[in-house]
Formats: sequence, C-alpha cells, structure tokens
Amino acid sequence: MIHLTTPITEEKIRALKVGDAVEISGILFTGRDVVHKFLHEGGVLPAEVNLRDGIIYHCGPVVMKDDAGQWKVTAAGPTTSIREEPYQSQIINDFGLRGVIGKGGMGDRTLEACKKSGCVYLHAIGGAAQVLAECITEVKSVHFLTEFGSPEAIWELRVKNFPAVVTMDSHGQSLHRDVFATSSAELAKYL
Amino acid sequence: MIALCNSLVELVRRSSAELPDDVHQAVLQSLQNEKKGTIAEAALQIIDRNIALAKKKSQPICQDTGSIIFYVECPVNFDQPAFVQAACMAVREATKKGFLRQNSVDSLTGINDGTTVGLGSPSIHFHQHQQENIEVRLILKGGGCENVGAQYSLPNEKLKANRDLDGCRKVILDAVLQAQGKGCGPGILGVCIGGDRASGYEFSKQQFLRNMQDRNPIAELDQLEQDIVATANRLGIGPMGFGGNTTLLGAKICAANRLPASFFVSISYMCWAYRRQGVTLDQKGQIETWLY
Ligand code: SF4
Repeated sequence: MIHLTTPITEEKIRALKVGDAVEISGILFTGRDVVHKFLHEGGVLPAEVNLRDGIIYHCGPVVMKDDAGQWKVTAAGPTTSIREEPYQSQIINDFGLRGVIGKGGMGDRTLEACKKSGCVYLHAIGGAAQVLAECITEVKSVHFLTEFGSPEAIWELRVKNFPAVVTMDSHGQSLHRDVFATSSAELAKYL
Repeated sequence: MIALCNSLVELVRRSSAELPDDVHQAVLQSLQNEKKGTIAEAALQIIDRNIALAKKKSQPICQDTGSIIFYVECPVNFDQPAFVQAACMAVREATKKGFLRQNSVDSLTGINDGTTVGLGSPSIHFHQHQQENIEVRLILKGGGCENVGAQYSLPNEKLKANRDLDGCRKVILDAVLQAQGKGCGPGILGVCIGGDRASGYEFSKQQFLRNMQDRNPIAELDQLEQDIVATANRLGIGPMGFGGNTTLLGAKICAANRLPASFFVSISYMCWAYRRQGVTLDQKGQIETWLY
C-alpha cells in the first residue's frame, strides 16, 4: 500500500504505476459537472480553493448539518468521470493538479495531460459511499453551495487513508484502455 | 395519510440503506469467484464492507440515491392522488433525514431546491388489481448506471445484428462492453425485446422487480439470460472494469409486442448498488410485510 499526502510532489506522482493501490490523506476538493464546466468557461475560484499539487474528487456527497451546526459527510462515493473529459485536461494543466479521483476512468486527452503535467487518475470504488465517507474526518469549507446545489458544490474535505487504485498513470498507461481492448477482442470470439 | 407517509419514509430508508438479500447473495458469490489478491477482489471486499456499514449506520449505500421509482399495485377504488401526495411528502422527509440526497435539478435553470421533489421525481406507476391488498415496490436507480443504458434498433449493420434472438444477443453484449467501468459493475441488466422507444425502456426497468435468483418461465428468454451472464463474465471486464471474473451479476429479459416496422432492444443497466424493496400495506397505510 502506497501512502499519498497532499500537497503531493511531482516526483511522488511520477513513481506511481497503473495497478498501484494507494491511500490518500490530507485535503480533497470535490468538483463534478458544474464545477468543471464553470472552470472551463473561465470561472474564478475563491482563494481558499487551492488546487495546486492537490486532488480533485469527482463526487457529489450527501452532507448533513449536525445539532452543533457542523457539516458532516454521510455518503461520499465517486461519480462517473468520463463526463469531465472535455474539460479535465485543461484543468489539470492550468491548476497544477496531481490527482483526479473518480470512477470509470477517462480518455486520451486526460491521459495526455497526466503525462505532461505529472498527474494520475485514481479510481475509487463506485458506490462505496459509506466506506469512503468514514475516511472523511472533517468538512473544512464549502463553496458555491447555493449557486450549484449541494451535490455540485465544492466541498473541501480532510481525509485519512482514503483508498483508491491508480488506473491511469503519468507515463501514458491506462488500465481502462487495456481492459477495453482485451474485452473487445474476447467478445469477438463469442459472436 | 400520516401513517402512509411514515410507511413510505421507512420504505425509502430501508431501500437506500439495505441491499436486498438476493442481491447481497449475488455479490458474495462474485467475491468468491474473483482471484485472490487482485484489485477486483479488493474492490468487492470494499463493496461488501460498504453494504454492512450502510445497514449498520442506516445511511445510503451509495451517495447517488437515484431516480425514485414507485410501483403500486392497488385495489380498484384506491385513492391515487392521496398516494401521490404522501409519496412526495415522504421523499421530502427522507431527503431531510439524509436517506436521500438532494437529488432533483431543474433542467432549465440548473436549480436544485433541495427537496428532491419535482416533475418526474418521484415517479409513480399505478396498477390496479381485483384484490384488496396494496403492494408498493420501490427502486432507487442511480445516474451513473442509468447513463449507460442503451436502446438498439434492429437490424444493426455495424454489429451484424438481425431481427432475431441472435441479433438481440449481439446488441446486449455490445451494451455490456460499452458500459464497462462506468456503471459501477458488477451490474445487472434489465432488457426488453420489442415495445416502442418509451415502453421498451419502461419494461426493461420493470425487470428489476424480479428476484435475482429466479428463472425466466419462457425457455428462449431463460436461455438467453443464462448465456448473456456467462458470456459477459468471460470478457474479463470485472468489477469496476478493473479486469476480473464478474462483469454481470444477472440479466433479466422480457419480450413485448412490437410494430412490424420496429424492432427495439432496450437495455437498462443496474449497478451493484441495486436498491429495491417492497411492502404490503394495510388499509390505514401501515406496513404489514416486506416483499424482498
Ligand atoms: S452507478 Fe450506482 S453505485 Fe455507482 S455511483 Fe451511481 S448509484 Fe452509486
């Protein structure tokens, strides 16, 4: 098991390879469809949202306020990443992201940006909302809550030992591309 | 009304937090079938832990609590508008309690008012029967798996799929191939052969009301179901598309009549977080028994 702590150095990211299991500690910023389109169109982030050397998490969590008025994440698995393919490469390059967490993998443009900027795609287990919520120790802040709505807002989360698998690395390798190729070839045999 | 609303909140809670036994059994079986020490096995272990944790904490199995689809079997004199009202109240309440995510967005303005209630949410299908009992089934179907649903119009030249069962088989397996990784596999297919563009998808979703372990009473369809699962599991797509032995947990297929000019195959994909429950209600709206 490889441990990653944010902020993450390029060196650490370049050492990762497809198939590596990692555990992440530190800060994750959630960002999904609305956030990606917003940034792509030149939207400006508040100063507290510092993505450099950091990780964006494709996730629309369930977040409740407890009796003391504190936010608490009660369910937080990944959402399908491929929808962000039109925007992701630009955001990796412009903001200096080191990691993108999601599910289902992404396409060639994102893979290229990972190679160029030193970033990896980290696959979390889709649907594992409770196991992953347990790794969230604190909601540090939330941005665009009213404008984007709760699932689409930017939640700044402190996490401990958040499990994921590297499925696209910074050397041009993609597990998704490989599995698609082998499964297509396999299917051809049974048709 | 209050009793009915409370019952529906409980139905939503249990659907969202507890995977039905038949589905859980299928997940456990798939865990057995994966090679030890692989990331596929690790993924299923996390899934199994997640199922237990959600039940224990009475919190959503998955944060995407999905489209809320009620199927109501009711007597002829049943008050449908009252049920609709109670269901909407129950959805608001379940959202406040965190059993549902604030999950309904105005498609024009992009506004999420936080209630999860709006045109189409929840969706409620009534079916009257000549009996006195009331049965309410609920499916919560996530967006990730809904997005990988597919509808094919046969013949399909690219896939060499003609208007016969072999053609159906080809397009269903193509849908499995295309869905890989995206819909939180291992998945379950609901398929309708025939119908029109709307009814085809509708019937395909109703297949998710069936028990995982049941067998199709129509021999050709039963054979097709078994074949689709066995073949899909030979493709090496695996849980989450990580590679591995379990790509599908099941396939449920029905056939509906079609127009001579049309031949649709409609495929709905359900993720492993297959949330479905059902209850019978008494005249006051109180829960009598659980159906799954
Ligand atoms: S596809 Fe299913 S398990 Fe995956 S995120 Fe959506 S609802 Fe959850």
